[in-house]
Amino acid sequence: MSTVVDNARQLSFWAEHAAPIGLVVLVIVFSILSPTFLTLGNIRAMLVAAAILVVLAIAQAFVITTGGIDLSIAATMTFGAICFGLAWQAGLGFWLAALVALVAAGAIGLINGLLIAKGKVTDFIATLGTLGVATGLSLIVSDGKPITVNSTELLTLTTGSIGIFGFPIILAAIIGVLAWWVMFRTRFGLHVQAVGGNEESSVANGIAVAKVRIAVYLISAGLAGVAAILLVARVGAAEPAINTGFLLNSIAAVVLGGVSLTGGRARIGGPIIGALLLTALANGLTLLGVSQFYQPLAVGLVVVLAALLTRYQKK
Amino acid sequence: MTDTAAAATPTKASSDIILSATEITKSFGGVHALKGASIQMRRGEITALIGDNGAGKSTLVRCLSGVHRPDSGTIRLDGEDVTFETPNLARKHGIETVHQNLALVEELTVWQNFFLGREITRGFGPFRTLDRKQMKATASTQLGNLAVNAPPVSNRVRRLSGGQRQAVAIARAAGYGSKIVIMDEPTAALGVQETARVEKVINTLRDSGVAVLLISHNFEQVMRLSNHVWVMRGGLAVAERRTTETSGDELVALITGAKAA
Repeated sequence: MSTVVDNARQLSFWAEHAAPIGLVVLVIVFSILSPTFLTLGNIRAMLVAAAILVVLAIAQAFVITTGGIDLSIAATMTFGAICFGLAWQAGLGFWLAALVALVAAGAIGLINGLLIAKGKVTDFIATLGTLGVATGLSLIVSDGKPITVNSTELLTLTTGSIGIFGFPIILAAIIGVLAWWVMFRTRFGLHVQAVGGNEESSVANGIAVAKVRIAVYLISAGLAGVAAILLVARVGAAEPAINTGFLLNSIAAVVLGGVSLTGGRARIGGPIIGALLLTALANGLTLLGVSQFYQPLAVGLVVVLAALLTRYQKK
Repeated sequence: MTDTAAAATPTKASSDIILSATEITKSFGGVHALKGASIQMRRGEITALIGDNGAGKSTLVRCLSGVHRPDSGTIRLDGEDVTFETPNLARKHGIETVHQNLALVEELTVWQNFFLGREITRGFGPFRTLDRKQMKATASTQLGNLAVNAPPVSNRVRRLSGGQRQAVAIARAAGYGSKIVIMDEPTAALGVQETARVEKVINTLRDSGVAVLLISHNFEQVMRLSNHVWVMRGGLAVAERRTTETSGDELVALITGAKAA
């Protein structure tokens, strides 16, 4: 009997800390297998590569805390990137183009929020719909062609750094701190958790549930807009690509971070570490010369394992 | 029980009536749930509301707590006529309801639940932050004043026992200077020990001067806790008794109609 309890305790420990433990294990394994993995150059490259996913994971964490899900997050990012490219092409300059990207992405988020909070459409269906809409719009307005962007500001964004920390990961870190503050130190963040924990009780206590739901989809889309600028900076062009990988990885990072898909239990640090873990996994496999084809398989296995572990989280 | 108990013990003068609902009617389609029910509550007393299922207890309570609007009749609270469009408005007038489901969020802590929807913040504009220290301290004091086995306020509600949850919900309802706290079957789901603890909480609340409206199916509990009993049957309040001047048998007879009021 006591061994069963002990086991459960151990499992709950692993479940609570799946992301940091997994990250440490991956780093140890990869640094043994590949001498280049733990070099400063590679760490710098990994952190820069992780920035987009970190931002998307934070965005997804807000939605998932309310018990929702944003399937349109990557398509919204693509749409934001295309709008950025078109605005830049039209000669609006970096800052105005960035604003256009944020507004365009935000519009998708507003539609999501209204459909779900006011239209009472299931989050899964609503965001699946806007995934299609945003993807289609990106293809239509770009005519299916990438838009090259040679902005000096974007070049600074990709190449600039403080120590081994490139500007993209610094931006992601700032967003992470802000997100943590909003979630755990403001009235709004508390309401986000309350709505995900028990909608009926939230209503009974006078919380404007519809407003909270609309707000989290706006936050998600707004952050997807930020990720769009990082994406254009990295690629050097705005491509109407279908970034399914980013969608799946954003959800995977949140699940790895120990956030329950049923909502109510917020975490920001967990999803960020989850995003770093997934990036390290891809980077390590590439360094080891493992075919690209195996990467989705590895990500899938890690996520399923993490999801199994979360069953043993402390109540 | 406390020092304030003696000071708050009411006299029986009619000026002590804090709430009187008069001739309340409410119909849902063709169903006349309330046919002109009238009840009164006195300051610093526990008033019990009993009756069989379908007698109209819940509808009357929902009229008092702002969930339903009566079709006709008046509600007089503390000497002024009031109407509530919503539960929030009833709350603003000092009428709090502890629902059977308690309206707690299990994933949140005790203090977060305590202040849910009425958080204390500091700072200004977009930089307002939750005043966690103040809220924890206030929740801790108010809970400690009411309940002996008060859980630490940083515990998640998920980890509390049924009785502790009830205590949190009652303390929250009492915590905003409320005049009246309505409780719907507060011990229905609890064991013997937990019931005793919650009853202690309700007594402490009464001693602090709050008028409590208790809906209960448990006659022993009604006899133990209440000062005054209203009996409902067929959408009307058919009888009232001082608890000291009645018995469980008489209450049963009044509920079933075996004994006329």
